[in-house]
Amino acid sequence: MSVNTKTKTTLIKGKSLSEGTILIVFLVLFALLSLAVDGFLTANNLSNLVRQTSINGVIALGMTFVIVSAGIDLSVGSVVGFSGMFAAILMTQAGINPVFSIIMALIAGTLVGLLNGILIYDGKVPPFIATLGTMTVFRGVIMLISGARMVSGLPESFVNFAQTSILGMPSLFVVWVLMILISSFIMAKTRFGRNIYAIGSNTEAARLSGINIRTNMYMIYGYSALMSSIAGIMLVSRLANGIPTAGGGYELDAIAAAVIGGASLNGAEGSIIGTVVGAMLMSTLRNAGDLLGIDPFILQILIGALIVAAVLIDQVKKQNK
Amino acid sequence: MAEREIVRMEGITKEFPGVRALSNVNLTVKKGEVHALVGENGAGKSTLIKILMGVYQKDKGRIFIEGREVNISNPLVAKEYGLGAVYQDITLAPHLSVGENFFLGKLPVKNGLIDWPTVFRVTDETLRKLDLNIDPRKRLKDLPVAQQEMVAIAKMIYEKVKLVIFDEPTALLTNEETQKLFQIINKLKKEGVGVIYISHRLEEIFGICDTVTVLKDGEKVATVPVSEVNEDRLISMMVGRDIKDIYSIKHYDTDEVVLEVKNLTREPRFRNINFKLYKGEILGMFGLVGSGRTDIVRCIFGADKADAGEIYVNGVKQSLNSPIDAIKAGIGFLPEDRKLQGLALQLPVMTNTNIVIYGDISKFGVIDGREEKVRTNKYVKELNIKTPTIYQKVKKLSGGNQQKVVVSKWLNAESKIFIFDEPTVGVDVGAKLEIYKLFENLTSQGASIILISSYLPEVMGLAKRILVMYEGNCTGIVNRNEVTDEDVLRLASGLSIEGNNCMQEGIR
Repeated sequence: MSVNTKTKTTLIKGKSLSEGTILIVFLVLFALLSLAVDGFLTANNLSNLVRQTSINGVIALGMTFVIVSAGIDLSVGSVVGFSGMFAAILMTQAGINPVFSIIMALIAGTLVGLLNGILIYDGKVPPFIATLGTMTVFRGVIMLISGARMVSGLPESFVNFAQTSILGMPSLFVVWVLMILISSFIMAKTRFGRNIYAIGSNTEAARLSGINIRTNMYMIYGYSALMSSIAGIMLVSRLANGIPTAGGGYELDAIAAAVIGGASLNGAEGSIIGTVVGAMLMSTLRNAGDLLGIDPFILQILIGALIVAAVLIDQVKKQNK
Repeated sequence: MAEREIVRMEGITKEFPGVRALSNVNLTVKKGEVHALVGENGAGKSTLIKILMGVYQKDKGRIFIEGREVNISNPLVAKEYGLGAVYQDITLAPHLSVGENFFLGKLPVKNGLIDWPTVFRVTDETLRKLDLNIDPRKRLKDLPVAQQEMVAIAKMIYEKVKLVIFDEPTALLTNEETQKLFQIINKLKKEGVGVIYISHRLEEIFGICDTVTVLKDGEKVATVPVSEVNEDRLISMMVGRDIKDIYSIKHYDTDEVVLEVKNLTREPRFRNINFKLYKGEILGMFGLVGSGRTDIVRCIFGADKADAGEIYVNGVKQSLNSPIDAIKAGIGFLPEDRKLQGLALQLPVMTNTNIVIYGDISKFGVIDGREEKVRTNKYVKELNIKTPTIYQKVKKLSGGNQQKVVVSKWLNAESKIFIFDEPTVGVDVGAKLEIYKLFENLTSQGASIILISSYLPEVMGLAKRILVMYEGNCTGIVNRNEVTDEDVLRLASGLSIEGNNCMQEGIR
């Protein structure tokens, strides 16, 4: 067994209590639903399920970086809408080719994250307030650049992307998996990843250890915005239109996924794997609820309860230790 | 003095999964008695206190209060029995006024409104009884730590406490404030209140306590009148071995200057500081809390910016604008509050050890996982850090071992100048010895140390030269062979000493 794998498992073990629990909960739920619910374990439904999860899942990855650093990013939903709308306008009204449009939109979206980083580090505005501000501002920007109207007539190649399969898997899911791999790698293996945990655990100690907090804060919020921008492009492709309200409220799902997956809003706790399971758990519940014909309002109550329960169980465990 | 007992703990046993924290421990505190509880970290002092205060439940044993057996099932019960504790960190509401803190949870009401005049009058009266001149309208957090502690004590007295537990009460206090605290403890004593006094500073125990109980590895070693033991005897009971002189370390100082500070100023904290640090030297920095010691070293480390002045490392002028620059220049800083500034507590030993040098062991930002592990294991071994694995979260280690983790991080970064700010606060005698041994080790390898301490015996014992601070001014750099303890204290209080030829410029 190589040193690296050992390190990795132990690192995961070190903060896996809640992740382990949530993974078991998810697997049990999945098994039960497969047995009990007609039409759950079908290729069609599963592909639908992962497609639904993928977009929120990508956002939640970036959110995990932010939460582990003891921050919060409420602007992700607006960044989703902004980058998607920006790409849609470039492709239609400006007639720029899709690849170039996407790149421009990703850059534009990431710049919002940079702005968050500047506000939070240089302006010393608490993350909650800074990102609440950019969330509101950029929703306004979306309305302004789109005239609050739907942008349609997207190139066919772009719209088709969300519908295609790669290696037999839905393309959006493939994008998510790719982002999961990249994000896990960064978190577990890179200096940046360690810095995120260090900043989340103790910013002052990190600073006194020679970590450049400014650069890292820019990178953390930039990464979150980049993930949201990618999700924004995925969403436009899926909806086949640029929709001004797209992405609204997504920030809460992303936070919920991370928290259910064991991330602590106090920072330094949480992992990509946990967040992925958290995101899967939420969308599986929604999907099963649809199949079973459960009142969506009841479903909402259940998911809310799940978020609180996940944190409660974690707290109880900590107290018993 | 009435010899009646307040608290009697009999045969207290407590097990945690895998460890027996206390076994069959007895402790009796009488009215008007100051009872010291000493022992190394992990000896069971805090467990015993927490059982008394209702934080933990005992597995076996009985507790009597004024002769009546009681069951202290939670902290509220302890409070009702008149037991109070002053912890290292003050457990009051910092954003509220002193008066509000006094009446926290039971503010007097008149006509449906809070009766502020009564709040402030009663608070003021109680504080005055203790000769404390504190404005009850002030917000608690605007007071110095020492006064906050006094408020906490006054509050307990107001609540007619029978027994007060002091857990390292002087850790954050200056000498003057400590004296004030002792006066208050003496007052408590006269009023027949019992006191349990926990401190690592043995001379305090000889100064204020009547009886001492020594714990070691969860067992009671002895309970003896303080008058019947001396410091050496007490230490050997605590660690189970004899110690001749805990400060006897070898010195390796040379006359090669590694750090020179010229006219360093950061108003209003300190001004015109000049000193040299030599290779292999331990330079002491002594002064009351708030005299500017920590501010100076923070500037040298680039954590704060100086208004004026120059810093030379190995003769080369440095512009230390951030800790990153200082680290590059070979300076390592072990801050006063290691939990708040020195360590990432929720993270493993491994991350903390390598946190400074991840850049050096990464390629394109990707960490060499093997190197990371190898380095951690090396320092865990070298520094004898007691941890089950290198993946253990640092918050689960003892104070001494946490301090070693901070040291490991700077050794790992190949620092040549180590700034230790109060390195032995809150660590036990055994760990202290190891830290002193570490100083010897570091200096023998050519490193230099700036040692800040509020504890005079430590500074005088370990450093040959001592820089003394008073209100932001350097009042002298003295050679320990040429001065007495009293001289240093005089300098630290802004008084002159006879024949002081080391007085520096910049004294107003």
